[in-house]
Amino acid sequence: MPDAGAELLSSARLDALFDAWRLLPTYLTPHIVLCATALALGLLVSLPLAALAAERPWLRRLVLAIASLIQTIPGLALLALFYPLLLALSTLTARLFGFGIPALGFLPTLIALTLYAMLPILRNSVVGLNGVSPAIVEAAEGVGMTPQQILTRVKAPLATPVIMAGVRTAAVWTIGAATLSTPVGQTSLGNYIFTGLQTENWVSVLFGCIAAAGLALITDFCLGLVETGASERSRKRVVFGVAGLALGTLAGFTPLLSNEAETYVIGAKSFSEQFILANLMGDRLKAEGVGVTRKDGLGSAIAFRALAHNDIDAYVDYSGTLWRNVIGRTDMPSREEMQAEIVRWMKAEQGVTVLGALGFENAYVLAMKRERAQALNVTSIADLARVAPQLTIGDDLEFLGRPEWRSLRNAYGLSFRTRRSFNPTIMYHALEAGEADVISAFSSDGRIAALDLLVLADPKHAIPSYDALILIAPKRAADARLKRALAPLVGSVPVEAMRAANLLVDGDTDKASPEEAARALAKAVHLQSR
Amino acid sequence: MTASPISNPSNSAPYIEIDAVSKSYDGGRSVAVSNVSLDVQQGSLVALVGGSGSGKTTLLKTINRLVDPDVGEVRIDGVPVSEAEPPMLRRSIGYVFQGIGLFPHMRVADNIAVTLKLRGWQASEIEARVAEMLDMVDLPQDYASRFPHMLSGGQRQRVGVARAIAARPRIVLMDEPLGALDPVTRDSLGSSYRELHDRFGMTTLMVTHDIQEAALMADRIVVMKNGRVLADDTPHTLMMGSGSDDPDVTALMEVPRRQAERIAALATQNGPARA
Repeated sequence: MPDAGAELLSSARLDALFDAWRLLPTYLTPHIVLCATALALGLLVSLPLAALAAERPWLRRLVLAIASLIQTIPGLALLALFYPLLLALSTLTARLFGFGIPALGFLPTLIALTLYAMLPILRNSVVGLNGVSPAIVEAAEGVGMTPQQILTRVKAPLATPVIMAGVRTAAVWTIGAATLSTPVGQTSLGNYIFTGLQTENWVSVLFGCIAAAGLALITDFCLGLVETGASERSRKRVVFGVAGLALGTLAGFTPLLSNEAETYVIGAKSFSEQFILANLMGDRLKAEGVGVTRKDGLGSAIAFRALAHNDIDAYVDYSGTLWRNVIGRTDMPSREEMQAEIVRWMKAEQGVTVLGALGFENAYVLAMKRERAQALNVTSIADLARVAPQLTIGDDLEFLGRPEWRSLRNAYGLSFRTRRSFNPTIMYHALEAGEADVISAFSSDGRIAALDLLVLADPKHAIPSYDALILIAPKRAADARLKRALAPLVGSVPVEAMRAANLLVDGDTDKASPEEAARALAKAVHLQSR
Repeated sequence: MTASPISNPSNSAPYIEIDAVSKSYDGGRSVAVSNVSLDVQQGSLVALVGGSGSGKTTLLKTINRLVDPDVGEVRIDGVPVSEAEPPMLRRSIGYVFQGIGLFPHMRVADNIAVTLKLRGWQASEIEARVAEMLDMVDLPQDYASRFPHMLSGGQRQRVGVARAIAARPRIVLMDEPLGALDPVTRDSLGSSYRELHDRFGMTTLMVTHDIQEAALMADRIVVMKNGRVLADDTPHTLMMGSGSDDPDVTALMEVPRRQAERIAALATQNGPARA
């Protein structure tokens, strides 16, 4: 371990910092747009609701109970919840009115964050409005104010400091919770955190955290100026606070105003290979002179539905995943038969085009440290079944919930002492540290070679093949430009090239960003295709 | 009701008529006002006197509809108040609140102008009237921009009076207007108000628990207990002990007289007379 100070200031870290800084406008502006809209919407719904509820005890109890209930749902779960709901709604509107609403990205995030913002605003508004002394309310009645005038001229101004405190809480929560929007396809400061966690780029993770915290602090400061300005009746403070907020919001919305050319949306699930491939496809499209936006870190099940609903235009998925999880088949035909059937089914059932296979396979395999496997005398999954009751299996949050695992378990009668789930990257460290004896690995993972892991043979062929396929959204089925850009990738990425690219990102030393790895991969592939 | 002669100059038809009014709370379990009738002549200053729970404040509030009676009717100038929209009715009647009731978030000028704004006055008219009202209640002009919390209790109640009469209402209702003030301020504000009352020919109903204050300010005293009227006469008649045979009224009227005697004794060589 080198000196910590030197380590902190290493040129790799400075590069990572510079990369992160370069991405700030890309991640910060949608974050601001999202939070500002959610807060505005939250205020718009909560304030009238609070005004109504303040006068009606039954409504107050009902509204606060619902808002509290929403607050108990973890932020990530709340975001995840709105995707299927919107998807169902989208299918309905598509059937009824001929167009589907976007179910991925901005809309589900906005709804979830708005609901999240409501409780503190509602609660403080109700408390503030009810807290106005009855003597003052009677005075307002006595001088001849109507109920409406009592609300706007007496109750609301007197409750403003309490309401503003609620708005501040809501703002800080919203800005923090918005970082969780990355997995449902909304770009935010959370992209630093999720991508950084995936690629073990801690500079990126830290940068994302600090940026979100900084934004929250600045917003809170401006709202604080408005709050104290309102309670101390200092117009100057209110003006400064409002001006600060307005400037920030304006900065967030500015990029939306520029009339951008048509852009393609490339999706990626939440692991390094997907980031690299999304970059690879994006670079090819950019070379065609078209705009590209990315939705990185999508949940595995979300990615396909997003494509089928045209929320993303293209992404890479794997034949075995599609076969089992999307088509719902459990039989195990040969590799060629499976691919042919997938191509047919995708077109017929979903309108999705399978452009072709990249050329490598990213299959689920079980892997162990070589010396551990040798000590236990294990070379295949059949051997593993013998000793499994004493062992711990680690998975990537996904494998143990997948039909491939059930198929393996049933085929070999596997039963482990304990199961643990890890972030895919951390899973390898867990194996190294002995926290897991066996892990679910991917055949294209560069770390298999780098860490000298033993891939256990699957003599019963319980796990299907996992060819990487480029999928294209229904609305792009006839898009020649997209096909022209991506077609050269078909059949040109061998597993060795993919492993090398993955290792560049996932390796422990000399880490590269997914962008750099994609360029290196393109170069390697290009040389080979010539 | 009132058979005895009234010392007030205007002896025309009653201006405010409270006609057999009853009001109870908690579904009839707590009776606040029980079958009270009262006529008030234009230009008079009537004090409603009684202990807490006597129903005097409830009765006062039936006039501007802060309380609507269960039974009976209140009329102003022959017109039932139940026919008026409460906010409109209240804008035409001045009200001085118990505990002052200024709006803490409004400056003195805005407090005074609140009824004027509700009545849709022009900004220039409002400004002139606010200045005039500050003079009238003996407050410096630069107090206009102060907030109520920057004022003393007496100054605040002067603002309260200014707010109540800024729109020159013909009727003013006052609920313990001087209750929270020190004796010197009470005396000076009491006599200032009486002066304004006479100058503008207002008709005033004032709720108070202080019989001495009532005796010194009012043309007529209505003594209430348990929601009923025990006595209703001029301060003079009541002081002479000939207004009522009710022992409660007699005991009540004893208080200022005996206090006056003791105070008088203090000023002589004999020293205080023990009660």
